[in-house]
Amino acid sequence: MNWSRIRTGRAWRGGVLFLLVLFACVAFLAGMRCGSLELSFGGILSTLWKGSAEDVNYQILWNIRLPRVLLGGLVGAALAISGAILQGVMRNPLAAPGIIGVSAGGGLAGILILLVLPQFSALLIPAAFCGALATAVCVYLLAWKRGVNPVRLILSGVAVASMLGAVSSTVLILNAEKVAGILDFTVGSLSARSWEQLHLVKWYLFGGAAAAMALSRKLNILTLGDEIAAGLGIHVERVRFLLLAVSALLAAAAVSVVGMLGFVGLIAPHMVRLILGSDYRLLIPGCALFGAGMVMACDTVGRMVMEPMELPVGVIMALLGPPFFLYLLRRGRSET
Amino acid sequence: MKLEMEGLTAGYGGKRVLDGISLSVKKGEILTLIGPNGCGKSTLLKTVGRILRPQGGCVLLDGKSVHSMNTAELAKQMALLPQTHSAPEDLTVEQLVRYGRFPHRKVFCGLDSHDCEVVENVLGMTRLEGLRKRNLSTLSGGERQRAWIAMTLAQEPEVLLLDEPTTFLDVCCQFEVLELIRMLNRTLNLTILMVLHDLNLAARCSHRLAAVKNARIRYCGPPAEIIRPEVLEDVFEIKAEIIDGPDHIPCFIPVASCKKGGDGK
Repeated sequence: MNWSRIRTGRAWRGGVLFLLVLFACVAFLAGMRCGSLELSFGGILSTLWKGSAEDVNYQILWNIRLPRVLLGGLVGAALAISGAILQGVMRNPLAAPGIIGVSAGGGLAGILILLVLPQFSALLIPAAFCGALATAVCVYLLAWKRGVNPVRLILSGVAVASMLGAVSSTVLILNAEKVAGILDFTVGSLSARSWEQLHLVKWYLFGGAAAAMALSRKLNILTLGDEIAAGLGIHVERVRFLLLAVSALLAAAAVSVVGMLGFVGLIAPHMVRLILGSDYRLLIPGCALFGAGMVMACDTVGRMVMEPMELPVGVIMALLGPPFFLYLLRRGRSET
Repeated sequence: MKLEMEGLTAGYGGKRVLDGISLSVKKGEILTLIGPNGCGKSTLLKTVGRILRPQGGCVLLDGKSVHSMNTAELAKQMALLPQTHSAPEDLTVEQLVRYGRFPHRKVFCGLDSHDCEVVENVLGMTRLEGLRKRNLSTLSGGERQRAWIAMTLAQEPEVLLLDEPTTFLDVCCQFEVLELIRMLNRTLNLTILMVLHDLNLAARCSHRLAAVKNARIRYCGPPAEIIRPEVLEDVFEIKAEIIDGPDHIPCFIPVASCKKGGDGK
């Protein structure tokens, strides 16, 4: 009992948020520091400050490392927020950006571009983005029957994702000799991403995050059930549509630049919920910080472990995330 | 506030669940809907609470149509407690009651001093002050139901709609909840329309009962007129004996089922 009382206290929440900020900062700094080029923080700062284009170190830091770490952070934040919203809207702990077909749709579009239409590979990001959003719209329409019921939404999402997955597999099998080159995209990777990709998606990500914050109070009410929410004066279908649109936008933008990075959208919201509670006004910023830190940290680990080879961030996250998550889950259970 | 239903019809798809229902609830009155399962009483409550759109007819709150009012404005006048609700595991009683202030709050503003005052009042009225920091999931059934009722009261409504507020509660908790409802009715002059399954409880706490059957209101009147063998046989298809209970409130004892046809013998 004491524990739950502490956990609802202001001091606890403030402390947790502070720790999450710290975590994201540490992950960012580690991402800037580690890699084939080893510089002290002082060295990094002075190199970036001077900004001479001839300096190789500057080129590496400014054009490779910084955008990659920032993009990782943004994408992680977006996927975590998207997952948190979906878990609330569906009132289902297994909901994740994959459940509304975003990953499958974006993945299929990406695979098609990379394997079947390689001459258009410059359009990879917009195509994956459109594929992801189009799939989300399809899933929503298929679930519509005088309103959208969360269970129907989940089931039609699973059905559509499985069909698109089958198409993706077929394309992969028919192009087996070229598959190695796109493996990065199918597990989620930040390798070779730079400012260009970051600039393409940043406004979707910032806009989505701001919209999520603006809707957080309504999302709190929506988790009490449709009828309670309607009784409290909420337009349930309208708010649910807005929330789904925001989470689809966030996930689609993320998937289009890093590929099918799954895990963070499912697990990050749970982890933050376990330590911060389920008030979305706190949960959304908490998820953003934690998701960002998680992706930046895992990407850094992925660059380090098998130098000079690189493991994609998706692989590291799927390996390191679950043990930590299971630990939190067990600890949380025994104390409530 | 006065609540009127005029020729209300509603249904799901092609199936008609309410068929031209007209009923009015006076200001400060407790009216309870009774009737067999599937007779349409919950649908009626949901239609009045604008969760369902009627196919015909209208619901008037002090003469204004509920279904054309701004839903947030309406939430300040009429509160609804449905049968099923869910809550995140770590939601505290106090937070739930604060959610009840939702329709009164402006965009991007926190709770002001009036909001806090209302929350305190409501917690006091429902005797939840001592439990305010507790998680909803750790409360007993009766306490939890009190907390949900507190949330609806935080809306400062004049009309309260309750769908089977005593389901899943033991006898003592049922009474506790109904006594709370009566107290609210007396002290706040709340107009209450609710659905109850327990006829004896319904008779004890309501000013009037309305018996619903086959999508229509079959009988409506004070408990003494409704809790009678002929009426119960017609509405519920049971044989019942009626005894004069405490305070001359009739009390019914079911004796036998007299369902015609169907699967029963």
